Amino acid sequence: MTIDWSSFTPYSSLAGGMLIGLAAAMFILLNGRIAGISGVLGGLLTPKKGDVGWRLAFILGIICAPAAYALLAHVPTRQIDAGWGALVLAGLLVGLGTRYGAGCTSGHGVCGLSRLSPRSLAATAAFMGAGFLTVYVIRHVLGI
Amino acid sequence: MPIFTSFLAGLVFGLGLVLSGMANPAKVLGFLDLAGSWDPSLALVMLGAIAVGLVAFAIAKRRKISFLGLPINLPTSRHIDRRLLGGGLLFGIGWGIAGFCPGPALANLGMGEVKAVVFVAAMLVGMALFEFLEHRRRAY
Repeated sequence: MTIDWSSFTPYSSLAGGMLIGLAAAMFILLNGRIAGISGVLGGLLTPKKGDVGWRLAFILGIICAPAAYALLAHVPTRQIDAGWGALVLAGLLVGLGTRYGAGCTSGHGVCGLSRLSPRSLAATAAFMGAGFLTVYVIRHVLGI
Repeated sequence: MPIFTSFLAGLVFGLGLVLSGMANPAKVLGFLDLAGSWDPSLALVMLGAIAVGLVAFAIAKRRKISFLGLPINLPTSRHIDRRLLGGGLLFGIGWGIAGFCPGPALANLGMGEVKAVVFVAAMLVGMALFEFLEHRRRAY
């Protein structure tokens, strides 16, 4: 393993992580909800009365964030290398997997680990392990 | 009020995604590429988020209602089963292919990324497929 020091952004990543933690804190302590994006989004597919507004508001908040960020600072550049077919396949797997696994990086990874939940630790180990392995296979076995 | 705080929490969450680098798929894949030139930044995202989250959930566990008077919904399921791990594996494979997980994909929608629109559309189809399969499973 070699560490890519030129890409390493310890301060902004730590500060950004703390903002994510703050958002999860606000959501559980004010709204009484877990800030799990896949769960918030998935619940909209089987809408129940009184259960739609807060979900849409939270999602809208995330979507508006880059514009709000641009008012304060320069939005960091990003790069999406995946092709169209790969994006469709990845989207299907993420949608299906997060619902079967009842959570994603935010619900299990941030909130679950913060709750010290063994179930979320197991889920996080599963998706992180699969993520590491998938990138290894794509980049170093298939060489794509 | 709950709608407003929900929006605010989403906004802060999204600001964190942008600032931390999580909203950049290339950076996410740089973190997942242990065998290449590894970018450890995202480990610090988790560390920062959990450091704050630990305090918040310690408080939440001691309460039944939130500071806005709403019920606190903490997950009760403790099962570690095939569904949980299989779902996690599928999610991880998808995450490793494109570098998008659900939150950052939504933030990229807000940046007007057409690729994020395609990813989110496919993700919603995947979620709908889950609902369909679950509905059929329960019907039998």
